[in-house]
Amino acid sequence: MRIAIMATCLGDALFPDVVRATVTLLTRLGHEVVFPAGQTCCGQMHVNTGYLKEALPVVRHHVEVFSEADYDVAVAPSGSCVGSVRHQHAMVARRAGDTALTERAVAVASRTYELSELLVDVLGVTDVGAYYPHRVTYHPTCHSLRMLRVGDKPMQLLRAVEGIDLVELPQAEQCCGFGGTFALKNADTSSAMLADKIGNVLEVRPDVCSAGDASCLMHIGGGLSRLGSGVHTVHLAQILAATREQPVGAA
Amino acid sequence: MTTFLGVPLRRHAHAPESPLRGTESFPQAARRELANPQLRANLAHATATIRAKRAAVVGELADWEALRDSGSAIKADVMARLPELLEQFEAAFTARGGTVHWAADADEANRIVTELVRATGADEVIKIKSMATQEIGLNEYLEEQGIAAVETDLAELIVQLGHDKPSHILVPAIHRNRTEIRDIFVSEMTGVVEGLTDDPRELAMAARTHLRRKFLSARVAVSGANFGIADTGTLCVVESEGNGRMCLTLPDTLITVMGIEKLLPTFADLEVFLQLLPRSSTGERMNPYTSLWSGVTPGDGPQDLHVVLLDNGRTNALADEVGRAALHCIRCSACLNVCPVYERTGGHAYGSVYPGPIGAVLTPQLTGMQGHDDPNASLPYASSLCGACYDACPVKINIPELLVELRARSVDDERGGMPGGWDAAMKAASWVMSDPKRFAAAEKGLQLGRIVAGRDRKISTLPPPLSGWTQSRDLPAPPAQTFRAWWRETHPEEQA
Ligand code: SF4
Repeated sequence: MRIAIMATCLGDALFPDVVRATVTLLTRLGHEVVFPAGQTCCGQMHVNTGYLKEALPVVRHHVEVFSEADYDVAVAPSGSCVGSVRHQHAMVARRAGDTALTERAVAVASRTYELSELLVDVLGVTDVGAYYPHRVTYHPTCHSLRMLRVGDKPMQLLRAVEGIDLVELPQAEQCCGFGGTFALKNADTSSAMLADKIGNVLEVRPDVCSAGDASCLMHIGGGLSRLGSGVHTVHLAQILAATREQPVGAA
Repeated sequence: MTTFLGVPLRRHAHAPESPLRGTESFPQAARRELANPQLRANLAHATATIRAKRAAVVGELADWEALRDSGSAIKADVMARLPELLEQFEAAFTARGGTVHWAADADEANRIVTELVRATGADEVIKIKSMATQEIGLNEYLEEQGIAAVETDLAELIVQLGHDKPSHILVPAIHRNRTEIRDIFVSEMTGVVEGLTDDPRELAMAARTHLRRKFLSARVAVSGANFGIADTGTLCVVESEGNGRMCLTLPDTLITVMGIEKLLPTFADLEVFLQLLPRSSTGERMNPYTSLWSGVTPGDGPQDLHVVLLDNGRTNALADEVGRAALHCIRCSACLNVCPVYERTGGHAYGSVYPGPIGAVLTPQLTGMQGHDDPNASLPYASSLCGACYDACPVKINIPELLVELRARSVDDERGGMPGGWDAAMKAASWVMSDPKRFAAAEKGLQLGRIVAGRDRKISTLPPPLSGWTQSRDLPAPPAQTFRAWWRETHPEEQA
């Protein structure tokens, strides 16, 4: 299959390893990966902060780039960015009264998937041949869980990883407190939520806390780092991309 | 308070004080509440318990999703036909010997109730827990008029005796623990037994003795209503303790204050809501007491029956897409119990009798947002948009979507004024992100972050507004190479 990578602004700028791991994984599974040039961001930050007018050009740009590129399906290693494409782009376009854009947004959304959805639902694999000999706990991010309903697809994928010691995260479904600009606008509340999330992570003494969203991992990882906890954050894509030949360290 | 030339500026002269709106912004109020470890422990314990109970009883119903759909559809129908249904209710209620009063706002409702009480000659009323009467500040109003309003719901009683404010729709004293309750009883209740401990049974017995006297002497009761049924003119109250049943049956006069959105079209619709409500609110299959009354029965129960139909911002809300959706709310409080923000900050941080996710929508809807300094404008942002509230809501109110819409309105209302920090940042980010060249250029700027990060590759202090991030979190240093730069390097054939 010809799969387009949606790097996401955060993935591109701050977490290129996550996007590269996605490319590595899909290539290993025998697919052709393309990177639609000119892509930037999905505009979710603008939408969620209430700047819908400012979101419009960002959404338009995304829809144009992904309408014009040549691919079968698009994938992003981010539940929340795919959530935005699927549930917000058409809304932003509709609100601006742009029917043509709305239709194109719906079309792009219909073939854009989050990584675990793509693997399990579209490509029909749960065992991707990964090897990752570490103790891992998984945080199912809110947008993957509730906007996309990915359910336990990430866990199905992780369970099939050779050598992994997968431990259940207590109160896994509680929000980590990131919420985009929420972490800045309500920094105190966000920090309190983070403290509880980290408490739950540390309770199961993992080497690694994983998730399907680099943004939530940046948040959780930032807290773990501040505490000097020694627990690292590694994106789902990186674990799935890891093999005996090409390991991804716990760091 | 802000000052201008030394003169303190009253920010919200146009926004009167009301039990429905707060006087400080959510982040400010939350900061204070978060500093109270007892509160956080009480809340975490209580919400976790009720979440688990709710999940268990909801899980028992194979048709839960279908029930939610029905609930949502019935409510949509009610909103679409509200004037007609209200008239139908009025006719049926009147035909069965009740009197209907219409109140446009809190003041009018308070005056109507006061006059009704005065006409009976009573100077004390017993009350059933009711959000509508809290919303209009009835107890305080009656007190000013020399009428004592005695709350009979245990939690409301605790709040009332503690000179406190409720902090939860269903469990108003959720922020209090047993020891605190014991102390309140000892100092505020008359006739408390020597050596009262904080054993729940002892506390309940003390309240029971206290209330029994009131039930037997009171001639007037004031209630709210969970549902009003249009075709039969029936009112319905669901409760757990039986105090409500006492209030609804013992006194001669019963006055019910009900928000106009609480109607259901037909008696049969109760079937859906009596399954949805108890499960969502207390995590019970059915609440212990469900009282229904349709008019006056000579010689049995209250002989003088009144209902005050309260608008108080509801028709305004009804005219609006967000408001209409929010009016579907049946005040079950499930959204509060699953909300991670509510769990940390508690109800008082929201400044309104309606706290939590639904409060963040309802409060600005019912009382407006007047500029970004208005505390109401901070409420739609009091959510990480995690979506737990939407999943829990028995009538499927899409609270996160409504919050985003309210955020958008608050942003749009401020356009054209002095741009604040957020406006400038969002506009700049939009400009950058809608063009690949500008985006690439901005990414180059990130390299500065590598210098700031230094050798340990992490950033631990940032200037405002980003300082909120670094108060509890590090930021990783930007990588040496962006993904797109790596791609360009590894796929040179694609460079046109
Ligand atoms: S919004 Fe929904 S969940 Fe929240 S109190 Fe109302 S009915 Fe219950």
